[in-house]
Amino acid sequence: MSTKENSRVEAHTSEALIHLDRVSKIYPGTEQPAVDDLTLDVPEGEILILVGPSGCGKSTTLRLINRTIEPTSGRIIFEGEDVTDVNPDHLRRRIGYVIQQIGLFPHRTIAENIGTVPQLLGWDKSRISARVDELLEMVGMEPEIYRDRYPKELSGGQAQRVGVARALGADPDVLLMDEPFGAIDPITRDRLQNEFLRLQAELRKTIVFVTHDIDEAIKMGDRIAILRAESHIAQLDTPERILAQPADEFVEDFLGGGATLKGLNLRRVGEIELGRLPVIEPTTPRDQAISLLRSSPDDDFLLLLDGEGRPSRWIDEANLNDPSTPLERAGLTVMVRVEPEDTLADALEYMLQSAHGGACVVDARGRYQGVIRLETIMREINAMQEAARRHAAELRAQEEQS
Amino acid sequence: MTAATQPAGRFTRWRSRTMGDVTGWIGLVITPAMALLLLATMLFVWNTAEIDQTTRNILEGAKLRAQFEEHLFMAAWSTVFVIGIAVPAGIFLTRPRFKRYATPVLTFASSGQAIPAYGLLILFFTWLGTGPWTAIAAFTLYAILPVLRNTIVGLEQVDDAIIEAGRGMGLSKMQVLRRIELPLSVPVILAGIRTALVINVGMAALAVFIGGGGLGETINSGLKLRRDIATFMGAGIVALLALVIDWLAALAERYLRPKGI
Repeated sequence: MSTKENSRVEAHTSEALIHLDRVSKIYPGTEQPAVDDLTLDVPEGEILILVGPSGCGKSTTLRLINRTIEPTSGRIIFEGEDVTDVNPDHLRRRIGYVIQQIGLFPHRTIAENIGTVPQLLGWDKSRISARVDELLEMVGMEPEIYRDRYPKELSGGQAQRVGVARALGADPDVLLMDEPFGAIDPITRDRLQNEFLRLQAELRKTIVFVTHDIDEAIKMGDRIAILRAESHIAQLDTPERILAQPADEFVEDFLGGGATLKGLNLRRVGEIELGRLPVIEPTTPRDQAISLLRSSPDDDFLLLLDGEGRPSRWIDEANLNDPSTPLERAGLTVMVRVEPEDTLADALEYMLQSAHGGACVVDARGRYQGVIRLETIMREINAMQEAARRHAAELRAQEEQS
Repeated sequence: MTAATQPAGRFTRWRSRTMGDVTGWIGLVITPAMALLLLATMLFVWNTAEIDQTTRNILEGAKLRAQFEEHLFMAAWSTVFVIGIAVPAGIFLTRPRFKRYATPVLTFASSGQAIPAYGLLILFFTWLGTGPWTAIAAFTLYAILPVLRNTIVGLEQVDDAIIEAGRGMGLSKMQVLRRIELPLSVPVILAGIRTALVINVGMAALAVFIGGGGLGETINSGLKLRRDIATFMGAGIVALLALVIDWLAALAERYLRPKGI
């Protein structure tokens, strides 16, 4: 996630599409509340993840929003309207809902399943079938093949895609997702997560997403609310800031080891400023190359590019002083090339494999773009931590003021 | 056969479906075969044994037809009442508010079935007097259990996730019941109705003892007048009727089962 996106997140926090105002839920016959005095804003157009250990009330919180569970006290504001007491069935038709077990209707075709809410809303037949086809295409399933099939004919991954399509049926502004990818094998899950993120980049729905998996939360979330027992918010922030500056021991424990490394997954090579290296071409005269190398005292190596601008060899001064070997065969081969789409974690992994404390960054055609060094990554980590510290301090200051 | 529960889980469901298809087809073939065998035996006996005038009187065509109609009348109406009582009761007993009464009601209904059918009939006779409607009332009570139990089992085996998804999308409780729960429990409820129907066809042969008529009359006359062939023919017709009705119900079960499950 880029800093640009972070500022988008901040700019939107004032426009909460869903607002829970001091909501509590106490199940009859229990004294311990499942959700205790929760106030939560879900800003428009972003994915808010509710994550926490099992039994922390995250699923209950999600169900309070569409009132599949009725709150004991507090108000629920949806699109500026108090919906605490409106007809829950009508409310739910405006909110997409995806659950882990999917719950497709086995006696209804895929088309009928996806058309459930449009049909409830009284759309005419041709509009429903056009919408069904559109949604099937959107989730990457051929309408001609799947429209008239029954759920039992689908694989787990396909069923989950249909579940998402069904939730999007009447184009709701809001999606509630309760561990939607929880019951799927890791490989398919990873693919579905990526597909869903691509879909969300287009649709910009407001999404509340429950998971118990912190890695999924970091991957999917624009913001993450880490919940402890009774749905108390331990920390609510962007994944980057949470990883760089866990609010307390509970969050730290929940993040588990390697929070800094996980944070590197959130940054892409293309988003950071690349370093420069002295660069030569096969035709560069050796004495010119030597003076180039001497003029940048920080570097022990020159980078030799081939005719098409692709990095080919690392060359040091000793290589340059040995005219018996042509430059094309001197020095060391450039083994690893990092692309702008790679994450900093990928880049670090490559660097640790390579002999140098740096990795060449190339564009899609393999042409040299710059270099990323270990120090660059260290600098990024420090910057992320510094930004998170500043943010945490600001939050504290705000709290003290109010 | 009384409570055909469907196991959950993708694999077992698939397996039981396939097995169900095979046993289903065997059932659809075996029943008519048995009926034909029985019919052939009856014709053989009729053509080879010595038939006296008393037997001919008992088995007179017009009488048999009237008894047959009475018999069907009692079996059909008691089944209609059974469905009308047991299916709504089963629906009520699976709603959250009344769920806790399901077990006591089922226990009561089961113990009711422990009373011998004949005893139940006599009890109703002392209360309501003679006639086919007394018999229908007794049969209704007697055959409620399989339909009630299967309705409850059928509705309860519907995957909670499917109901939750339906409610979460904005279907009302009534819509969930009509569009999801009932269609998905149709196969199990139908199996219960089929059992009730067969019970009622058999039971209707007892109605004769409280003046209800039916094919029991032929059997009874045969027994009283010691005409074994008449008794055999009467019992044979009841059995044939039960087999044919069971077969028709099996066909209905097969074709009324919603697609996709």
